[in-house]
Amino acid sequence: MARKIKVLVAKPGLDGHDRGAKVIARALRDAGMEVIYTGLRQTPEQIVQTALQEDVDVVAMSILSGAHNHLFPRVMELMRQNKLDDVLVIGGGVIPEDDIPGLKAAGIAAIFTPGTPTSTTIEFIKANLKRSLE
Amino acid sequence: MDAVSDSTIQEILNGNMRTIARLISLVERNAKERIELIKKLHQYSGKAHVLGITGPPGAGKSTVTDKLIGEFRKRNKRVAVIAVDPSSPFTGGAILGDRIRMMNHATDPDVFIRSLASRGHLGGLAQACGETLRILDAAQYDIIIIETVGVGQSEVEIVRYADTIVLVTVPGLGDDIQAIKAGIMEIGDIFCVNKADKDGTERTVREIRAMLETAILNNAPTRFTELYASYYKNHQSDSAVQHSFAGHHGITNLPGHELPIPLPPVIATVAETGKNIQELADAIILHGTMLKETGLLEQRRNENLLWEIENMVLDMVTEKINSSESRNQLEKLVASVQLRKLDTFEASRKLFEYLLH
Ligand SMILES: Nc1nc2c(ncn2[C@@H]2O[C@H](COP(=O)(O)OP(=O)(O)OP(=O)(O)O)[C@@H](O)[C@H]2O)c(=O)[nH]1
Ligand SMILES: [Mg+2]
Repeated sequence: MARKIKVLVAKPGLDGHDRGAKVIARALRDAGMEVIYTGLRQTPEQIVQTALQEDVDVVAMSILSGAHNHLFPRVMELMRQNKLDDVLVIGGGVIPEDDIPGLKAAGIAAIFTPGTPTSTTIEFIKANLKRSLE
Repeated sequence: MDAVSDSTIQEILNGNMRTIARLISLVERNAKERIELIKKLHQYSGKAHVLGITGPPGAGKSTVTDKLIGEFRKRNKRVAVIAVDPSSPFTGGAILGDRIRMMNHATDPDVFIRSLASRGHLGGLAQACGETLRILDAAQYDIIIIETVGVGQSEVEIVRYADTIVLVTVPGLGDDIQAIKAGIMEIGDIFCVNKADKDGTERTVREIRAMLETAILNNAPTRFTELYASYYKNHQSDSAVQHSFAGHHGITNLPGHELPIPLPPVIATVAETGKNIQELADAIILHGTMLKETGLLEQRRNENLLWEIENMVLDMVTEKINSSESRNQLEKLVASVQLRKLDTFEASRKLFEYLLH
């Protein structure tokens, strides 16, 4: 029996609400994944330490506030410092097209903008895990 | 990663969080290497004070845990948490939300928090929790907290790993108290009435005390009676202890008992603001001291181990009985029973013997 995919759903930055993050958390759960949810206003340090302690396969972050160009690369930097290289990191939220290449270059595997069906995100996760489910 | 190399073991003993986290995953997916791992770690475990926190959904267990971590850190203790959250019975997925309340401690190098889904462990929740506990214990955490919801048998029973059990409830839940009374009342060592900012707190505290008195009067098998009575008696001239018993514990005079009888602490807290959490932490630590001083710690751990091993054997039997060979054997036996060659007792006896091979 394959183990379950473990995902950390995190909200870095100062966003005032987390409706979107909760929707994705529920969709991932309904797809049979184990979702750890951190709640609002997490620092990159908190997110990375949580990913490390929970030994997740995926970190999924969402930002609405516009601070993605700072926060996403910072999370990636800390992930590398902690040798969490086999964790798939994806991002979502209100992110201009022009910013996407830079974020991908920083190591975010994919960016999902508003309106992306949750099924797309789920399929992307399943197809791009960096660790075996054995 | 070689799970059981000496350097891995050393990393655990040194509290390397990444190694600890990876090895807990090994346990969660029931990997074979974990057997040797647990064997090697066993000799280093047994030092931590294991705390079980249970109670109805939404009572504030995670918020209480968060504030307790803060209190224990003030006392320079290293703290680990195993937070058990229910899985969806339909998809097997889960949203593990306990951690939201504990994010203040996410970057503290002396606090390790791990979420555990209640289902989907091949070896069962109790096994996954027990082995996680061994790893954290070997990693030299002073206090290990298991948070688990007080409904559902497999969820409740894992508090039996604990030395000290805190039951968290809230004011004014008459039915709730009934539910608690029906099973877990007897296993609580310390009672926490959380959300004491709400109406009915004093009444709930009184109701719990009354229930505890009734339990003692009826000689119900509780975990606490012997411990508190014996510690109280040993410290009759210690004013600090007497004071503490006169406070949160409460002392009662019951018909048929010559000496006053100390009750377990019943503490009204407001976890959101931290009110009385210090008192709760004191009561927990005092409980640990009492266990050691009275020698009842060993007895309690004996009981816990008895349960754990018994439970493991039952799991082994279940696994074996579900194997295809056993199913074949069982079907043959059923056929013989249908033909009236064997009765059901003989058939079950034969299957039992088969399983032992
Ligand atoms: N009024 C009040 N609310 C509280 C208090 N402590 C916790 N809460 C709130 O109660 C709700 C549930 O708190 P949790 O700590 O998640 O409760 P829990 O028992 O861990 O919940 P589950 O793990 O889901 O069973 C949250 O909204 C808390 O903010 C308190 O002392 N007073
Ligand atoms: Mg909780």
